Amino acid sequence: MPAKKPLFQIDNLHVNVESREIVKGLSLKVGRGEVHAIMGPNASGKSTLANAIMGHPRYTVTKGRVLFKGEDITALGPDEKARRGLFLAFQYPMAIPGVTMVNFLRSALRAVRGSDVPVREFRTMLKETMAKLKIDEDFARRYVNDGFSGGEMKRAEVLQMGILQPDMAILDETDSGLDIDALRTVSEGISSLMNEDRGMLVITHYQRILNYVPPDFVHVLFDGRIIKSGGRELAQELEAEGYERITGVVSEVAS
Amino acid sequence: MTDRKAIEIAEDGYKWGFHDEAKYLFRTEKGLSRKVVQEIAGIKEEPEWMREMRLRALEVFESKPMPAWGPDLSAVNLDEMYYYARASDRAERDWGDVPDYIRRTFDRLGIPEAERKFLAGVGAQYDSETVYHNIRQELSKQGVIFVDMDTAVREYPDLVRRYFGTIVPPGDNKFSALNSAVWSGGSFIYVPEGARVDVPLQAYFRINAENIGQFERTLIIAEPGSFVHYIEGCTAPIYTSNSLHAAVVEVIVKKGARVRYSTVQNWSTNVYNLVTKRSVAYEDAVIEWVDGNLGSKVTMKYPAIYLMEPGARGEVLSLSFAGRGQHQDAGAKAVHAAPYTNSVITSKSISKDGGRASYRGLVKAYRGAKGIRSSVRCDALLLDEDSRSDTYPTMEIDERDVTISHEASVSKVSEEQLFYLRSRGIDEQEATKMIVNGFVEPVVKELPMEYAVELNRLIELQLEGAIG
Repeated sequence: MPAKKPLFQIDNLHVNVESREIVKGLSLKVGRGEVHAIMGPNASGKSTLANAIMGHPRYTVTKGRVLFKGEDITALGPDEKARRGLFLAFQYPMAIPGVTMVNFLRSALRAVRGSDVPVREFRTMLKETMAKLKIDEDFARRYVNDGFSGGEMKRAEVLQMGILQPDMAILDETDSGLDIDALRTVSEGISSLMNEDRGMLVITHYQRILNYVPPDFVHVLFDGRIIKSGGRELAQELEAEGYERITGVVSEVAS
Repeated sequence: MTDRKAIEIAEDGYKWGFHDEAKYLFRTEKGLSRKVVQEIAGIKEEPEWMREMRLRALEVFESKPMPAWGPDLSAVNLDEMYYYARASDRAERDWGDVPDYIRRTFDRLGIPEAERKFLAGVGAQYDSETVYHNIRQELSKQGVIFVDMDTAVREYPDLVRRYFGTIVPPGDNKFSALNSAVWSGGSFIYVPEGARVDVPLQAYFRINAENIGQFERTLIIAEPGSFVHYIEGCTAPIYTSNSLHAAVVEVIVKKGARVRYSTVQNWSTNVYNLVTKRSVAYEDAVIEWVDGNLGSKVTMKYPAIYLMEPGARGEVLSLSFAGRGQHQDAGAKAVHAAPYTNSVITSKSISKDGGRASYRGLVKAYRGAKGIRSSVRCDALLLDEDSRSDTYPTMEIDERDVTISHEASVSKVSEEQLFYLRSRGIDEQEATKMIVNGFVEPVVKELPMEYAVELNRLIELQLEGAIG
């Protein structure tokens, strides 16, 4: 039996930011139905990886490629990637003053679907997704991320994910800045969007989100490379003992 | 159907670039002289005081130099202009009586439809005379007067004589003098004490003939405790030589009254739009100017609020869009002549394809105007490297006990915002539109729905050319 093509694959990726290399040869495969976690200390390259995958213009892929559903998407624009079913939940989402959430979500859904969405269908969808994430209805009338609290921004990211229903989602520290109750609501929302056809890459500093979104694989990112991979127990190990035990060895070698 | 074609192929997407072969019943000779002014007064069979005012204004006009402190006006050739033209010989009240070719023009502008929907009255100015004017009966019953200015001079001479030229005297500036000498048409609105006009009153101005100056004159008087919202839209067809629009608007807001004056200006890009708009507000009165400037070659417009008694408030909310070859010099003046008065000025501008948008403003507080508050906020959005934005704020504050703030920002459509929207599947052009529409939202949301939609659509048309 031939090996099934992974849903999402990163192949020896190198990323520069302002001519400094931040991601230094990273490879990863996410199969359908799999949740992968990338954990790592600050400044290990987590957010650079997420932004580069999505195609941020200031992050340059110097080497390697990203495959999605078997196709090389490395050089595609972010909008094209999104239309193919890729999603990034931002660590720091941008405010778009004057544009309401409801208009934004409707435009995004129309773009991703490639056709207009009937108003009634959209309303129902929005209402249900918002209820699931315990978001007030008047939230839809507010301007995108404009004056949102940290927690509201994260809920708004997951709300977008719930509306767009991506096949592959990358979550960049979606758990940061959330209190315990908000973490539970947001995590459960994320978890409910997972199914056997989809994949997820959860980027986090802490393992607490992984209690709600249990990963099949955990990778430790340090200095732009994955230095260790394992099962869920690796996350617990990191939580109990800190990053230094694993990264310390590498630091010594590097310095 | 050939007309339709002309609209579609009009230069830089200017939809209103058609023109009718109008049959002018009368047109004065080229250029400006005592004779031309006398003729205008004669045709209108005006009372002596108005004729004298016109002639005095002409002298003021001739004595004043062209203003040199702002945009370049050197291409304005005042000797090549026609100052008066008339296409229809009487004001019409019934849409069915308006001549066919004029009606076609208005049909294209969607006026009757707009009126059917929610407008209380329509005054549509075709070149110099108002050809269509309608006002619903309930307004008449309230004692509200909404007529063109020529009619007002005939039918309400005492009211007109009492207020005309008191807020913007002919000597105020060169173009207010010009307007006072050759004015024709415009709206006259009188709202009696306590009357509240719930739906906006609308006038639509349009320049049709080539080299025609349009000099309408608008006067609004809101008696104590009354309310009215007046809204005007402007549009002109494209011709190769330059046209001039020099209007004067005077608004008087008495104790506890409120007036909102909204304008969506979309002149074609060969029009010099030089307008003097001024209002006075008395005790606890409120004046609001909402001003959208999209078209024209040069616009110079600084709606002014004079706060004359305690508790008066004024607000100017302006939006301008400067595209290729356009200079939008817009702003506001707030004059605090009494204590405990408030002013808020918000200016938003967008420049693209080398267009230039300037904010020019004045905040003045007289000695003794204690406890006043004034806040000015100017935001400029540049869509490319070639475009330009300037601010020229002036403060003349002769009182210590005041609260005054001024904030200005210049931004570009940010890479981060674009990336964020694009990461949700929205393409770059659509994403730019969303950001621009969001930027202007604070102004657009103040307009009635139909105008808001139209303004957004006009902005999109302008943007499509830019991003293409």
